[in-house]
Amino acid sequence: MNGHRSPGVPILRLGDVLVTGLLNELDDRTAIAFTEELTERISAEGARGVLIDISRLEVIDSFVARTLMELTTVARLLGARVIVAGMRPPVAITLVELGIELVGVETALNPEQGLAALGWRQAEQPLEGARRGTAR
Amino acid sequence: MPAPATYPVRTEEDLLTVRHAVRAATIEVGFGLVDQTRVVTAASELARNAYVHGGGGTVTLDYPREPSGRRGLRLTVKDEGPGIADLEAALTDGFTTGSGLGHGLGGARRLMDEFTVRTGPGEGTVVVVTRWAVR
Repeated sequence: MNGHRSPGVPILRLGDVLVTGLLNELDDRTAIAFTEELTERISAEGARGVLIDISRLEVIDSFVARTLMELTTVARLLGARVIVAGMRPPVAITLVELGIELVGVETALNPEQGLAALGWRQAEQPLEGARRGTAR
Repeated sequence: MPAPATYPVRTEEDLLTVRHAVRAATIEVGFGLVDQTRVVTAASELARNAYVHGGGGTVTLDYPREPSGRRGLRLTVKDEGPGIADLEAALTDGFTTGSGLGHGLGGARRLMDEFTVRTGPGEGTVVVVTRWAVR
């Protein structure tokens, strides 16, 4: 059950935006490893935006909240804007009751809106192959 | 209802084990998704407090039932640490002596229906919280 010990949360690059997602829970060691890796990637790849999909994250306690706030602050110091997208409604309710405001952390309803806010647009035309497939 | 069960909180892995056990217990009691999230989050805060401030401890889950038949889930989080010197301050948002945000204790109180703390220098800390199922 604890086979997910490796810190390897995949981080993809789409242009100058890094896209990543957290799994259903975040333990301390993974949180720290993730922060470090993301920081390195922002710097190495000159990323100007980071999208973190948290739609699978089932619990945000004060430790995870602090991790997200620190990550956002560190990224901002490196010139990148972080958007946290897809928070589950029960998690949002619980965060408010817990008294946590996620100060400085930008959020979006879902990854699509988060990417749009970062200036990343979906191609308007279908891809060449797709168009050929659906012609007529 | 399952028998009461006690889980150790000695390592970071134990924090995950406690969260999984509490999640399973909330489902057992029949909590909806929001209550599941509230209780697991409160458990996470309290277990972390015991781990960080209390030098480790235990979390016990049991399943009280009101005379009306309403079911609940109770967490008893114990540590043998130095105790909380100023409980009033510890329950105030933003107060922390550790690496958190200082919302743990007060936040857990808001997330649960019932909340009691017994603590004192040299006595350790016992936090008991209960959430009742909506009928």
